[in-house]
Amino acid sequence: MTGGRDGSGRATEGERVLEDDRGMVSPLDRVSPGARAEFREAAPPAPRDPPHVVIIGGGGTGAAVAHDLVLRGLRVTLVERGEVTSGTTGRHHGLLHSGARYAMTDRASAIECIGENKILRRIAPGSFEENDGLFVALTDEDADLERQFLEGCWQCAVPTRRIDRAHALRLEPGLNPDLRLAVQVPDATMDAMRLPLRFFATARRNGAEILTFTEVTAVTTAGRSVRGVAVRDHAAGRDYEIGADIVINAAGPWAGKVAALAGVTVPVAPTAGVMVAVRGRHCNMVVNRLHAPGDGDIALPQRGMTVLGTSSWPVNDPDDPDVPADHVENVVRETSNLLPALRGAEIRASWSATRPLIGKNGTQSGRGMAREFRCFDHALDDSPTEGFVTIAGGKATTLRAMAEITANVVCGKLGIDRPCETSDVTLLPHAAWYAR
Amino acid sequence: MSESTLPPIQPAETAPKPVGPPEPVGPPEPVGPPETAGTPETAAPPEQVGPTVHLRISRLRAGDRKPHFEEFEFTPEPGATVLDLLLEIRRNRDPSLVMRHSCMHASCGTCGVRINGREALACDTKVAGVTAPTVDVEPLVNQRPVADLATDMVDFYARFEAVGFPLVRSAETVGGAEPPEGVKAYTRFENCIECGLCLSACPISRTDRSYLGPAALAAAARVADEPRGQPLGPIFAIAAEPDSVWRCRDAMQCTAVCPSAVDPARALLGLRRRVAFGRVRSLLGRGRQ
Repeated sequence: MTGGRDGSGRATEGERVLEDDRGMVSPLDRVSPGARAEFREAAPPAPRDPPHVVIIGGGGTGAAVAHDLVLRGLRVTLVERGEVTSGTTGRHHGLLHSGARYAMTDRASAIECIGENKILRRIAPGSFEENDGLFVALTDEDADLERQFLEGCWQCAVPTRRIDRAHALRLEPGLNPDLRLAVQVPDATMDAMRLPLRFFATARRNGAEILTFTEVTAVTTAGRSVRGVAVRDHAAGRDYEIGADIVINAAGPWAGKVAALAGVTVPVAPTAGVMVAVRGRHCNMVVNRLHAPGDGDIALPQRGMTVLGTSSWPVNDPDDPDVPADHVENVVRETSNLLPALRGAEIRASWSATRPLIGKNGTQSGRGMAREFRCFDHALDDSPTEGFVTIAGGKATTLRAMAEITANVVCGKLGIDRPCETSDVTLLPHAAWYAR
Repeated sequence: MSESTLPPIQPAETAPKPVGPPEPVGPPEPVGPPETAGTPETAAPPEQVGPTVHLRISRLRAGDRKPHFEEFEFTPEPGATVLDLLLEIRRNRDPSLVMRHSCMHASCGTCGVRINGREALACDTKVAGVTAPTVDVEPLVNQRPVADLATDMVDFYARFEAVGFPLVRSAETVGGAEPPEGVKAYTRFENCIECGLCLSACPISRTDRSYLGPAALAAAARVADEPRGQPLGPIFAIAAEPDSVWRCRDAMQCTAVCPSAVDPARALLGLRRRVAFGRVRSLLGRGRQ
């Protein structure tokens, strides 16, 4: 891609990028008085002896929970058995949802997505390719959904713009020329690892302790109260215990396993899906199929690659699910209906990720389940366990909202009356995670 | 998750290096290649049945003086990557294996290692494509080791800040197709995924730790090519320093190992030309701009 470097229209394009870059907090800002003031203002004066919260799980959810809780003045330690973002978080599509995908089937999730979409663009400028997305109708059947789709989006406040066939092909020349119509929505591409790194970096700057390669081996209890965790530090090869006033289970699809350590159950249904990365950037916008969510209906650009997804099947063990060859073939076949050049593209990688879906009222796992999230205070279980909270479900786009709800529950339990500030605190750049 | 799976399980055929008393605290020094423990180089020829792979992993605990190799045997699925095997070890054989990984498709840059001495992303390397009878996996060099295959990227990132602003920027603009209403121009993330393979492969960086190295200089060259309002003065100032572009000896290893089409060697060459050109211009009294 050399187009942006040839000088045509550079003034306007440069201005836009410059705006983005200027909005981003540079690593230098952390030593500049201005930025320091901003972070001091955001962080409340620490109570003399703040309660200690241990978060289990170093994915996007854990990162956002840590960020939220240190802003509310708590002492926070996060433990992660591997590198941060080495579970589901790093492996997802990299889609910043507009909510349109759920507008026809799961309105609560759609509303949550568009709200968080706007907030994340504001607090993490520079972390997205803000090229919007298209929902493309290929068949009469797809086109018949237009009205239902547009109404769903309208009811969930997801902005839409109907695009006719010729216009769609000017925006994305690689689209199937037989398309009927398309709808533009504010989807975007995110860097699946670097957005959470910004939460980690900011949380750590504000005092959170983030312990990687540290695996929880037991949840320590006294009677029916959780008192902390026993961990093994794999890098040093030593075992020790960490005391806590509250332990938060933010282990995503592993939440069931972690909950079992505390003797509680959570209705998490690990649900795997296959994704495929092909060489070549076959689109700039997020390209979705306009139909009920199904297999192989999303393609999105990622640097010099295009990432295609996905499929869905329940798994018992969230660790490294199989990558069924027929799923890979199906994902490529289906997405190449949207972008025909994908059919011959070289596959660079195919992999699986495990969604942390939650079941309710006996819903089976998979696509029928809502993508909502829920926070469980296990002190309210039929057989209560005090000091243990689980955040489950959700998706990458809603990480901040999941953290807000969780922090509200935790602060409520601890009698701390501090509002959530994460909607307004600009995150440090991801490189700050690697600063000394 | 349960305690019963610990401590690590050692494969029977490998004699683990005896572990001495714990070393004093503090980060381990940069280390050389691991010693081979137990398995002689002239091991029995590979079995005729199936493509058995002997994966030898460099193991190091914080406090160990030197790493040692530990061998694992696999009959991998066709198409399996080195990362697949590492994950299999951590899941079913030894949960204490310390390594970095995230995206599984050469986009995050965390799983950089040396495979038979060559820098590569573990997720991007098919086991079947590694020809030697053993597959040796070691951490990157020119970076401080954490444990096993994980290195600390702090020094790598510090180089990016040498000019006073982040060199790898959030996004570049993409020309070509018409952008939709509300989008001024298509943008995309820059190619560099900050994996550190180039710094590990660079022979100059191995002997001279003050050399800025290929990733940071390639990023500086990107800014020089496409400033987007960023000041070029600091770029040319660091490029002209002794530990900068003139230290490069054109070994081209950075470009050879780059998994993301950055081509640091070429970028560095371009930056060197611009610095030289600037010098000539300033000798002629016309200034750099």
